[in-house]
Amino acid sequence: MKKYSAFSLIKNAFSYHQNWDVAWRDPEPKSEYEVIIIGGGGHGLATAFYLAKKFNIRNVAILEKGWIGGGNVGRNTTILRSNYMYNANNLFYEEGMKMWRNLSQELNYNVMYSPRGILNLAHSDAQMNAYSRRGNSMRLNGIDAQLLYREDIKKMIPFADYSSNCRFPIFGGLFQPSGGTARHDAVAWGYARGADDLGVDIIQNCEVTGFDVNNGKIQGVQTSRGNIKTKKIGLCVAGSTSLLAEKLNMTLPIEAHVLQACVSEPIKPLLDQVVTFGAGHFYCSQSDKGEMVMGGDLDGYNSYAQRGNLPTIQHVLTEGVALFPNLSRLKILRTWGGIMDMSMDTSPIIDKTHIDGLYLNCGWCYGGFKATPVSGLTFAHTIAKDEVHELNAPFRLDRFHTGHLIDEKGIGTKTWIS
Amino acid sequence: MLEIKCPYCGKRSQNEFAYGGDATVKRPELNKEVSDQEWDTFVYYRKNPRGNHLELWHHISGCRQWFKAKRNTATHEIIDTFELSDDVGDAS
Repeated sequence: MKKYSAFSLIKNAFSYHQNWDVAWRDPEPKSEYEVIIIGGGGHGLATAFYLAKKFNIRNVAILEKGWIGGGNVGRNTTILRSNYMYNANNLFYEEGMKMWRNLSQELNYNVMYSPRGILNLAHSDAQMNAYSRRGNSMRLNGIDAQLLYREDIKKMIPFADYSSNCRFPIFGGLFQPSGGTARHDAVAWGYARGADDLGVDIIQNCEVTGFDVNNGKIQGVQTSRGNIKTKKIGLCVAGSTSLLAEKLNMTLPIEAHVLQACVSEPIKPLLDQVVTFGAGHFYCSQSDKGEMVMGGDLDGYNSYAQRGNLPTIQHVLTEGVALFPNLSRLKILRTWGGIMDMSMDTSPIIDKTHIDGLYLNCGWCYGGFKATPVSGLTFAHTIAKDEVHELNAPFRLDRFHTGHLIDEKGIGTKTWIS
Repeated sequence: MLEIKCPYCGKRSQNEFAYGGDATVKRPELNKEVSDQEWDTFVYYRKNPRGNHLELWHHISGCRQWFKAKRNTATHEIIDTFELSDDVGDAS
């Protein structure tokens, strides 16, 4: 792999940028691999990258039904944060935040990491108490958290609604300065380029149609491009997890739901941070192109459609306008949907399974993007060593049996009770 | 915008309804020894099919009745709706 640098940029300018190397190959599948990762999204690509880099397992294939970066890694709202309350989540996501800081250097690919801060707004005294408790929990785990009050917020986002007749007045908020955003496509492309360079085969347009299991052990996969032998399979297919699990006669504590997001027309720099509305479910940041990137609730019914309906967008943007009245004059440029693998306690599952050689990475709900590096690292560890990493030890599948749920928000798939 | 046919009120806009999840999930029978696994399966595990799905909806801003709908999760097409007491088996 030729390194990207200012020098290579200048050098290639002389040939009108016609001679850049391809970022990753388009190989034919081999007949056998040591590990097969199903799903060429952020988590699958990161898993393959760390398998090769940290665990020196390079005979790896990523099988992707469509094209890499076409699923949820290209459909999220790019937010990075670790502002949780439970230790399991705090430690896991904070390790991810540490990895984000060096990711561009590690991948030699600019992921446009932008620690602009994330601000959760509070609209009542009770919510301020809850945020203060969560902030303390974060600080005990070494994460930066600041409890801000109305006057502080006024300085940060002067264009929010502070009028006396505001339905949900801003009381304050919880701020994580190290939170922020990264360019989602670059994350997929950077991991793909890095993994390919270490020898991983990225095989696109290759749908897994079945599994070969013998005596409870994985023997291989059947795909639209032929059968491939392997002893270890990592499932990183987000919203399609239940569909592949069904081929293995497994049922999972997961429902597929559609989550929509949208961007406005681009405007001049307005919003410096990521801001979330606390009296409903609306969040907003501004992209480098100037678009306001906005999202909120699930549509609320099981769906595999990758598109949603207008009422949810209307509902989310109504909250947006309640918070930032000046948004009302913007036009929406585009909306899209992605399929969330909603686990029943709103926390992910990274684990081995009862089938020898089958590993599970799913249940990311609304928040898979920020976990991409740490999910890849811990899943690679779980696959390579056949045991969970201490960071994903709380995220095992059997917690739904033992009762050790990580019900951070306590809603899971049941958004209708929230 | 989905248009959902409430079995009691007729076709109304999606805005009037709330979703209630998989309607094929059965609570383990009372007065019977229930294993942990049966209970976990009832509480947490779902078939989550791509295709026809029998599910509960609540006409919460209308007649407030719960009912069942057979809906395609890949296309969002609502194939039919039923009263809760109708025995329609599973969705497929």
